[in-house]
Amino acid sequence: MMWLSPETMLQLSIVLPVLATAGIIAAGSYPNIREAISITAGLLLLYLVVNLYMALDNGAIVSVLWLEPLPGLAIKFRIEALGVMFSLIAGFLWPVTTIYSIGYMRAHNEPHQTRFYACFAIAITCVMGVAYADNLFTLFVFYEFLTLSTYPLVTHAGTEKARQGGRVYLGLLLGTSIVFFLLAIIGTWLLAGTLDFVHGGVFGNEPSSYVLGVLLVLFVFGIGKAAIMPFHRWLPAAMVAPTPVSALLHAVAVVKAGVFTLLKVVVFIFGIDLVGILPTTQGLLYLAGASVLLASLIAMRQDNLKARLAYSTISQLNYITIGALLATGTSLTGSAMHIVMHAFGKITLFFCAGAILTAAHQTEISRMQGLGRQMPITMTAFFIGSLSIIGVPPTGGSWSKWYLMMATLETGQWILMAVLMLSALLNVAYLLPIPIRAFLPAKSAQTFSTGIKEAPLLSLIALSITALGCVALFLFPQSLHELVNAILNAPGLNHGP
Amino acid sequence: MLTHLPILQVIVPLMAAPICLMLRPVRLVWLFALIASAMVFLISVALLQQVVQSGTIIYEIGGWSAPWGIEYRIDLLNAYLLLIISAISTVILLSTHTSIQSELAAERHTFFYVAYLLCLAGLLGIAATGDLFNVFVFLEISALSSYALIALGNNRRALWASYQYLIMGTIGATFILIGIGLMYVMTGTLNMYDLSQRLPEVSDSRTVFTAFAFFIVGVCLKLALFPLHMWLPNAYAYAPSAVTALLAATATKVAVYILIRFIFSVFGVEFSFSHFPLQDIFLVLSLAGILIASTTAIFQQNVKRILAYSSVAQVGYMILGFSIGNPAGLMATLLHLFNHALMKGALFLAVGAVMYRVGGVQLSDFAGLGKRMPWTMAAIVIGGLSLIGVPLTVGFVSKWYLVAAVLERGWWPVAVFILVGSLLAVIYIWRIVEAAYFQLPAPGNAEVREAPLSLLIPTWMLVVANIYFGLDTRLTVGISESIAKMLFGVEP
Repeated sequence: MMWLSPETMLQLSIVLPVLATAGIIAAGSYPNIREAISITAGLLLLYLVVNLYMALDNGAIVSVLWLEPLPGLAIKFRIEALGVMFSLIAGFLWPVTTIYSIGYMRAHNEPHQTRFYACFAIAITCVMGVAYADNLFTLFVFYEFLTLSTYPLVTHAGTEKARQGGRVYLGLLLGTSIVFFLLAIIGTWLLAGTLDFVHGGVFGNEPSSYVLGVLLVLFVFGIGKAAIMPFHRWLPAAMVAPTPVSALLHAVAVVKAGVFTLLKVVVFIFGIDLVGILPTTQGLLYLAGASVLLASLIAMRQDNLKARLAYSTISQLNYITIGALLATGTSLTGSAMHIVMHAFGKITLFFCAGAILTAAHQTEISRMQGLGRQMPITMTAFFIGSLSIIGVPPTGGSWSKWYLMMATLETGQWILMAVLMLSALLNVAYLLPIPIRAFLPAKSAQTFSTGIKEAPLLSLIALSITALGCVALFLFPQSLHELVNAILNAPGLNHGP
Repeated sequence: MLTHLPILQVIVPLMAAPICLMLRPVRLVWLFALIASAMVFLISVALLQQVVQSGTIIYEIGGWSAPWGIEYRIDLLNAYLLLIISAISTVILLSTHTSIQSELAAERHTFFYVAYLLCLAGLLGIAATGDLFNVFVFLEISALSSYALIALGNNRRALWASYQYLIMGTIGATFILIGIGLMYVMTGTLNMYDLSQRLPEVSDSRTVFTAFAFFIVGVCLKLALFPLHMWLPNAYAYAPSAVTALLAATATKVAVYILIRFIFSVFGVEFSFSHFPLQDIFLVLSLAGILIASTTAIFQQNVKRILAYSSVAQVGYMILGFSIGNPAGLMATLLHLFNHALMKGALFLAVGAVMYRVGGVQLSDFAGLGKRMPWTMAAIVIGGLSLIGVPLTVGFVSKWYLVAAVLERGWWPVAVFILVGSLLAVIYIWRIVEAAYFQLPAPGNAEVREAPLSLLIPTWMLVVANIYFGLDTRLTVGISESIAKMLFGVEP
């Protein structure tokens, strides 16, 4: 796309989904045109982010200033390796999810589909804004609007249960971000005089390590989307949403926006050297470790498939938090890669959960035994997704978990290493029985009527794409690895040895 | 002509009020009042420009020079206040022709405009004058006309609310008058600038302390600082919606202005904060006000009362701002004066639209309105987000400066209190949102339609202003920064 400058592409990738919203609303009464607009916008967005990736690859420095509402606080964007990685995931998975949604939403005859697709597109704009934000202020603005734009999606059903879920969702996410995150941002502003993302951090030697330690705690708790305990309840609450929402937003976009923000803060606000020596880091690491284990344990006790996946997500997000707080090159590589790997694995699992709901009308795991015969593709995809979450070859999850494990060894965090190993076992215990029982049911299991067939074709295509993605990420991790390595280096990508 | 702008500011609405009585029909009265208010707005814009370009304007009434004659002294702070009051009043007047039809008996419409203009003249007079006794006179003009405005409501409880306000307001005015009297005894002058020169000589006397205390308490009654706020929720809830919007957006602001003027210009920061434990008192009261009033708002069933208690909490933010005692804090107060006027103006006008269509503003009346009145409800959501302080709205600008000012002092716990206050705002705003978007409409509400454009346009003017001034803060931040520097005696 030589006829567009990278700056234009950067702005377009943020504005495009909102423009699509206008089209979606205008075409509200023509579902086919409406969905065509969604998919076209998704593909265009993917095209744009791939081009931005290549621009970054060529060492281009692309930045855009929109406006400056308060002196020194600007809405400013810049492409940088971590952001490009995040936008690539969102850009790739948005059209895939749209394809899936068409199958799912139509099979369920869901009401208010126009509102659904419109809010979805707005949420994607917010994700792009978070990904490309060049300072904490811009990031915070889009972070907040991501919460608000996904609220109508979470409460889509409009029932009492949806309303309750929406309350917890909004209460915890807005609550943590207003009380802790905003306080941390204003504190940063006063201590450092800037909110820009700078390699190696913005604090000089002046602030005492105790103040900065408190600030780090505020950041970790404030970024509620990263779901560290005890601020994790919003994620299970959000599961009242239709499955495509849970898939893209609560396995990929929203939760990853949380850990992405955390990584940004660690690398570009504190700097990794500083995080390592702050007095509160160790405590936060243990808290994240405890969250990993507890969430896994709770996941084991859930019979509702989506609830189990939600707790599994909490557990996996805290892996990324651990990697961010360990703050070494290896751990950050692991964390950044895990954002991608978990995204592909978990979205596959959610797609499968939705497919099972559509085809067999089952939400409880205990009633899915023997479903493999009727739904072989779905259950195979579920198996692959589970392997990737657990971190077993030949799936992408094995790379990120490898790096995270190495990082705990390098830093001598034996307890955390034990936590990670134990959690891997728990992952096996709560995920693998589902596909295994589906193919090899216990004798006492109910038999399904032969009328059950696979989910709608569009949904199957989507979940096959993401399942294959898990495998592809195992086989070809090189470019991802290069991208991730570039995070810690100077702006732009370096093709070092 | 241009030299007479400061007095015209007050004269125009004051003269327009009795003329209203001679006009027929009501539509003409409305148009006349609107034109008067719009003229005042233009004058205030011109004044602000003059002040920005050439500094403080001094106008001597009748050519008698101060301190013998009455002097109007317009500096940046006065001009800023005049702009807020006249702008909000004009936008509200745009909507009144429609909104009072359902809330007032037809024969009272003319009186409404008379009282409205008198109230406006009083508020503008307080903000324009440089004479202490003039402040008291205009305070009474605005107060008496607002008692009448509140009592005009169809609801009989409005009478009781107005009576309550009358009693409390009169006590407040008496305190203020005692304060003024004592100051006059000690210094022999009523000119504020003159006072500020002469007070330091006598500032150690017990009489001045007493004068200060009486005056501050009186003003705090007027601005409904917790725990002197008891009159406010009923007055706001039972007054006609346009009146509530006017009082919420301008009357409390003017009282805050008087407080700022006295603490910073007349008595000086040194006296107010060092000789007098004002900082501790205000800090405790404002924080208690923020938390208690916000919590009370959560438990209200009447949406106007929810917003009324929210106003009490917001007054807490304003008082908290300048009691921090640094220029950044004062700046936060000044920003919030402007920003809160925009938020509450928009919210009360939107609530007025609901009143017009549904006939009630209980939470149950809002059920299902998200579908029936989408534009009105969208206005409430955006106004509510601004009240919460979501980025890119004016509410965020005030909150940012307030928290930054508090942290500059190193008061981390206070910052947490402020932010918890916004969380409480999330809860009470979301009760309205949930009622509007999640509940099915009551059987009687099935036929409700969107509000007429004559209500929607003024509402949305303020809603757009909420966003515009959240994005382009050059005007508000620039002016309040200059004012803060001026009042703290540092040259800008």
